[in-house]
Amino acid sequence: MSNNFAPGDSVKVRQTHPPGHRRTPYYIRGKVGQIERVCGDFPNPEELAYGFDGLPKKTLYRVRFRQKDVWENYSGAETDTVDVDIYEHWLLPA
Amino acid sequence: MAEERGAHEHNHDHDHDLTFQPNIEDSEPGQYELMTYAIRELLIEKDHLTSEELRVAQEKVESLERSDGSKVIAKAWTDPDYKQRLLDDGNGALAELGIDAGAAKMTVVENTEEVQNVVVCTLCSCYPRAVLGMPPDWYRSKSYRSRVVIEPREVLKEFGTVLPESKTVRVHDSLADLRYLVIPQRPEGTDDWNEEQLAAVVTRDTMVGVTNPSVS
Repeated sequence: MSNNFAPGDSVKVRQTHPPGHRRTPYYIRGKVGQIERVCGDFPNPEELAYGFDGLPKKTLYRVRFRQKDVWENYSGAETDTVDVDIYEHWLLPA
Repeated sequence: MAEERGAHEHNHDHDHDLTFQPNIEDSEPGQYELMTYAIRELLIEKDHLTSEELRVAQEKVESLERSDGSKVIAKAWTDPDYKQRLLDDGNGALAELGIDAGAAKMTVVENTEEVQNVVVCTLCSCYPRAVLGMPPDWYRSKSYRSRVVIEPREVLKEFGTVLPESKTVRVHDSLADLRYLVIPQRPEGTDDWNEEQLAAVVTRDTMVGVTNPSVS
């Protein structure tokens, strides 16, 4: 399930609601954004939370979303963004 | 009620409803708070840690020098090469100044004429403690955490920061292994200032991005 994305790639956050300790907030699930940068590989915090070793490591990305794409009634400027740290297993190509 | 009022027939100008400082113990501890107490007691009881070790660790975390962040920004303002290293590799650039950012990846973002960066952790309270110390209460409050992603411009206005439509507001939701530090814009009229003078105007809130440094 490993996805390799590069800066500029369009990605969609998985629209799923698994139980447990999850580091992807609800408001961003199902939204489409662009990879802003690749942050490196880290032990998976969703596994670490339960005392596992978090291996294999997961690639962490910073994904940039247009606020207008995230909030239906966003009142700020067109160019406003929210940048969210998201692990590879939450991302799909878009 | 009448009896109560009778008992208060003396001259005073305080409001009885607002007289008392609430005790922090007044609210019922939550489940996680109770679990924390239990784990703490177990660790001590089973000789994994002493109360003194816990106290020392807590004291260290709570007394981290937030001025470290100001020094970093002042150096970035005066040394373009250092600023570039800070943007490219936050942990490495902080280490040059003797600051250990720990395992978290320090991600440094820069405010410009075009962009205002604002940091939040909508899930909990991830915060660059290595450079800013403990997060303020408002940073951990539910209202800041929920509202700053939805209506950042309104929240910034409440901090006294009014931004033109032409400026992009970039909210950073710090959720897992990244910690964010904002390089504010260097105020005008500070060209001949030294690092120490500059550091004095770099307050905590300017490095979270909810306000900008001002020179009065």
